[in-house]
Amino acid sequence: MRYGYYPGCSLTHSAAPYDLSARAVSNAFGLQLDEVNDWNCCGATEYITINKAAAYALVGRNLALAASQDGQTDLVAPCSACYLNLRKVDHNMTAYPKLAERTNEALAAGGLHYDPGSLRIRHLLDVIVDDVGNQAVAAKVTRPLRGLRVAPYYGCLLVRPQLNGDGRNPEYPTHMDDLLSALGAEVIDYPLKTHCCGGHMTQISADTAYELIRRLLKSAQDYEADVIVTACPMCQLNLDAYQSQVNRHFSTDFHLPVLYFTQMIGLALGMTPASLGLGREIVSAAAALAKIGAAVPEPEAAAPRRKRAETGLPMPRRRGEG
Amino acid sequence: MTRPVSGNAFLEGVVADTPGGEALVTCLQCGTCGGSCPSGQDMDDTPRRLFAMIGAGMRQEVLSSNAPWYCVACYYCMVRCPKDIPVTDIMYTLKRMAVREKLYDDRDAPDWSQSFIGFVETYGRSFEFGLATRYHLTHRPLKKVGVGPLALDMLSKDRMSLRPDRIRGIDQLRAILDKAKLQEVA
Repeated sequence: MRYGYYPGCSLTHSAAPYDLSARAVSNAFGLQLDEVNDWNCCGATEYITINKAAAYALVGRNLALAASQDGQTDLVAPCSACYLNLRKVDHNMTAYPKLAERTNEALAAGGLHYDPGSLRIRHLLDVIVDDVGNQAVAAKVTRPLRGLRVAPYYGCLLVRPQLNGDGRNPEYPTHMDDLLSALGAEVIDYPLKTHCCGGHMTQISADTAYELIRRLLKSAQDYEADVIVTACPMCQLNLDAYQSQVNRHFSTDFHLPVLYFTQMIGLALGMTPASLGLGREIVSAAAALAKIGAAVPEPEAAAPRRKRAETGLPMPRRRGEG
Repeated sequence: MTRPVSGNAFLEGVVADTPGGEALVTCLQCGTCGGSCPSGQDMDDTPRRLFAMIGAGMRQEVLSSNAPWYCVACYYCMVRCPKDIPVTDIMYTLKRMAVREKLYDDRDAPDWSQSFIGFVETYGRSFEFGLATRYHLTHRPLKKVGVGPLALDMLSKDRMSLRPDRIRGIDQLRAILDKAKLQEVA
C-alpha cells in the first residue's frame, strides 16, 4: 500500500531514530511511504497561540501538497503533534466551511488549494495496527521481545481529541499494548499511559513539566518496566533527554530508557539496532536490550577531520561526509 | 442551538474566534475540566472559573490570568466535557487575545511561541538549536545553566543540528502566511 508520509520537523533531527525505524519497519511490511514534497512545519502548539488564520494556512499548505501527490488518499504522520494538527485542520475545514474558504483564500496566494476531507490523516501506529494487523506483525517476528517488560506510553495527541469518532478509547487505548504483546514483550498495564509529558512546558515552566515527567517515570518504575515505549517525539524527548534534570530536581534515581514502538518492532523483526537508530537515546537502553540478546551500538568514534582543499572555500561539512 | 450571547462583547469575541466555540454558553460549571487538568494546580483560575468569568464579561481579568499559558494542550478536559466545549481551543483563543492586547502576566510563554514561529516563517521548518539559544539567552539564562549538558548530549547523539533546514518553497509559504495574517486582523 502507498501512503503520503509527513515526517515533521522532529523526525529530521531530535527524533531521527524514529524516522529511521519508521521507514525500516514500513518497508518490511510493504508499506510504501512517499514523503510529501517540500513539506513545512505543522506549527506545533505555537502558531495557533499567536495567529489562527496563519496556523490553519501553514497546515493547509501541507495538506494541499499531500493531496496533489499522485493518487494519494492516506497521509501518515508518525509524530502525534503533527498528526493532531493535520487532522484537526482537515476536520475543522470540513466542519466549518467559512474557515475552509478563508484558508483556501490564503493558500491561493501560493497557488494552492485543498478540498477538506480529501485526505485520510492517520498516525503511523494506527496504520501498522489496522492495515498490517498485529497477527501479520507477529508472523514476522524472529527475535521475540521475551522477558522485556514494557510500558506502553500513548501520551495525549495520539488518542485525543476524538475527531470524527475514531473509535479508540481516548483515556485507555490498548492497541499499542496488543502490538507489543504480539512482539512477545511483557506489557505492563501502565496506569498513566495517556497522561501528559508536559509538552513545551520544559521550556517555559520547567517545574510544571518535571513533575509531569516524574509521575510517568515513577509509575513505570513501580511497575518494574524495563523500557517505556512511545509513539511521539515530544514524549520521547521529554522523558529521555530531561530524565537527568528530573532526577536532579527531585533527587530521584530513575533510569528508564524511552524507545519508539517502531524500534521495538524492528528489534523483534531481527533488524540490527544501528539500523533502527538505537544508541542515540540519552538514557542508555543497553541493559534492557541485553535481555533480548541485542546490543546497543557503540558510539561512533569521532571521524578524523577531513583535510580541507587549500583552494576551496571553507564550506560547512554535510552530515555523513568525511 | 445556542443561547443569545448579545450584550457581552468579550464572550461573543471568544466564541467567534474558536471553531465550535458556541458550546461555551452551555457550560454547566461542573468543573470536570479543572479536575482533569494536569497543570491545574499552577493555574490562577481553573478553566471552569475562567468560563464563568468570560460569561461575566471580565475581559481584563481573564486575559491577564496565567491559566491559558499553563494549558499543556493534553485535551483531557475536552474529551470529558459533558457539553463538548472545545476547552483547549478556547485556551488558545484566550492566548491569542492576550497577546494581541498585551495582557499576559508573563512574557516567557508568548515569547517562546513567537520565537518558534519566527524560525518557521524564516525557514519553513522549526529550528531547535536556534530556538533554544535565542530564547534561553534572552530569558533567565542563569536558570538554564543546568540544561547545557542536555544540549551537548543532543549534539553528540546527532539529534540536534547547528544549521536550519530550509524548504524550497519558502517564498510561496510566506505569501500564504502574509495573506492569512491580513485575514486575522480583518
